[in-house]
Amino acid sequence: MPGPTGPITGILGLSTEVIGIWLAALLTLAIYSFLYGDNPVYKVAEHIFVGISAAYGAALTYHLVIIRRLFDPLFRPDLAQPPLDVPKLSLIIPGLLGLLIFSRFIPRYDWLSRWPIAFIMGLYAGLSIPRTIQTNILKQMQATIAPVLPVDAGGQYLFFSGFENLLLIVGVVCTLAYFYFSLPHRGVMGGLSRVGIWFLMIGFGAGFGNTVMARISLLIGRIQFLLYEWLPTIGIHLGSGPGAG
Amino acid sequence: MWEKLLYFDRRIIFVLIALVVIIPFLTEWRASHGQITPSTQNLYNEIESLEPGTPVMLVFDYGPSGMPELHPMATALAHHILSRDLRLLGLAIVITGPSLCYDAVAPVAEELNKVEGVDWVNLGWVAGFVVPITQMGEDIKRTYPTDFQGRPTDQLEVMAGIRDYQDIGLIIDLAAGNAPGAWIAYAHDPYKVKLAAGITAVMATDYYVYLQTGQLCGLLNGLKGAAEYEHLIGKKGFGFLGMSSQSVAHLVIILFVIIGNIGYFTGRRRRQGSE
Amino acid sequence: MRLQIPIAMGFLAGVFMFVQFFIPHQMIKASFKDALDWAIIIGAFALVLGLGSLFRAHIDKIRNRRPDYGYSFVTLISFAVMFFFGILYKTDPGTVFDWLFINVQVPLEATMFSLLAFFIASAAYRTFRARSVEATLLLLAAVIVMLGRVPISDKIPYLNLHEITEWIMMVPTVAAKRGILFGVALGAVATALRIILGLERSHLGGGGGQ
Repeated sequence: MPGPTGPITGILGLSTEVIGIWLAALLTLAIYSFLYGDNPVYKVAEHIFVGISAAYGAALTYHLVIIRRLFDPLFRPDLAQPPLDVPKLSLIIPGLLGLLIFSRFIPRYDWLSRWPIAFIMGLYAGLSIPRTIQTNILKQMQATIAPVLPVDAGGQYLFFSGFENLLLIVGVVCTLAYFYFSLPHRGVMGGLSRVGIWFLMIGFGAGFGNTVMARISLLIGRIQFLLYEWLPTIGIHLGSGPGAG
Repeated sequence: MWEKLLYFDRRIIFVLIALVVIIPFLTEWRASHGQITPSTQNLYNEIESLEPGTPVMLVFDYGPSGMPELHPMATALAHHILSRDLRLLGLAIVITGPSLCYDAVAPVAEELNKVEGVDWVNLGWVAGFVVPITQMGEDIKRTYPTDFQGRPTDQLEVMAGIRDYQDIGLIIDLAAGNAPGAWIAYAHDPYKVKLAAGITAVMATDYYVYLQTGQLCGLLNGLKGAAEYEHLIGKKGFGFLGMSSQSVAHLVIILFVIIGNIGYFTGRRRRQGSE
Repeated sequence: MRLQIPIAMGFLAGVFMFVQFFIPHQMIKASFKDALDWAIIIGAFALVLGLGSLFRAHIDKIRNRRPDYGYSFVTLISFAVMFFFGILYKTDPGTVFDWLFINVQVPLEATMFSLLAFFIASAAYRTFRARSVEATLLLLAAVIVMLGRVPISDKIPYLNLHEITEWIMMVPTVAAKRGILFGVALGAVATALRIILGLERSHLGGGGGQ
């Protein structure tokens, strides 16, 4: 096994790397057993995943935030980064607010958990308003309102670019019309929203195509692990692996 | 006959998909990287245009579920950044990022004889999602007072002269969730720092919107994006290797769609005929 | 008071964060940085809160001997082992913690998500039908993108599917997504305003009394 903090050693003559690859391979196959049907092996693997990933998050949060950003500056200022001459007492406030979150588990005092949550939600809300308006409204409007008859540096009309810009404006307006429910979707509004649906369907179709690609890539990733990392541990080497060419 | 095809055990589809992904690896046939997407080329050009020594942030905003698509990108980008003698600052606002940063960058750094703390650093993770992004606009070392292993950043050579986003040449966010949106809104737009992203293909339709506005100066899309980038830097990796299986799997799924539709329409015609 | 104080805290935090954007004064900047430090710390505690719910669910299951309660032991033991190495020792590369992450967490999570490859193939086969004009548009766009995103499409003569895919992504898809984005953004701004003004209180749930 690897040393708790130090370099990797071995067990029974096998390197920890090989043991790790075998463990990963067996867990991979355990998850794939679900494709045949739900079974205890899959369930064990699934429950290991929940426990391990929760502990990963907890340990990192403990070291990187609770110790380094709160405990050290408050109680060990000389060890804090940057080192402090005196404890940073202002951190008592977020520390206490943070601890109040746990009052959720004490029914009598659970109302106290509202304080840190209100503070955080208020802070995020205040931070997000100007940013959302600039990034997702103003910049998007700016990029939509493009000339429908653009010319290049030489004064030539760029008809196809103009057509694209026009299509973009029509598409955005029609999509918005589809989501505008304060007017009945009849007449002009009905026509606009129908065109809006067409744009949405093309968008969703493109999304589906990309999703297929992503899901297949995930499977490819695991197969590559089994073929190029696991099989070599039992002496099977496939040609032209990564790094070739 | 076609109708019957619609009602067989779906495990047959599972076996077929597994086979079409596995078999291309067992052959010597390798699909190419395909045509280079303009957004991939733009990211490559952006890195090429940076002066040696310029700090580049490589952000690991993904977990193990995003690895098959994003890890090959991370490896290729780390290779490009370090081989051009740029400074690589690895960091994350998603909690699994720091471990994946080591996994991707350390082997590349070793191969190129680059030293941690001098040429590259893993700054680790900070809670709060948009909060650290915002705070780095004021002071990066305040947001990351130490690197992941606890070494003070103000003593690291790789961090010398870096205060805020004005000192960063480019940020590349590798993400499997909505992190690039946060980087656009809280880093690029207010501080005008150049930003590119590498994303899983699932998210592609969300981020082309920002590519069209110019808020993203480059974009790597899924495993194909990784394969394209590997081709550009001349180092074939898992992205390129996966393209054969990816191609065949897509063809088979399209075939599934066609057969499914033929079955559906022949069945519908028969039902209409019998009414 | 149990509701007024948190509403006031949310209001002050929200207004301060909004106002600092427009007043780049040194003192405001310093308080802004402090507030962000605080948010990082409180945010970390909020993450730990999730653990409490996880433990409660599994301990309840064991205590009441619900079906499959044995698996809850697996979760709790896995947590304890990983947490033990993570807390008592370090999380750096080369440690047991890192070894467990790379060899247990990574394969489990990556494989679990890769199951979706099989399910999406099955879904494409069973449900993806050209029943109407709209469904046909969706299907065509999907098929073109599926072909255009893989190198093999370069072999198809007279038709540059890669470029057609890029065009679909850059023009009609951007138009549709932008329409949605406007709606989402306006909704987000409205919700943020409601939170600051204390009109939106669902996040304050939790506490029993007023």
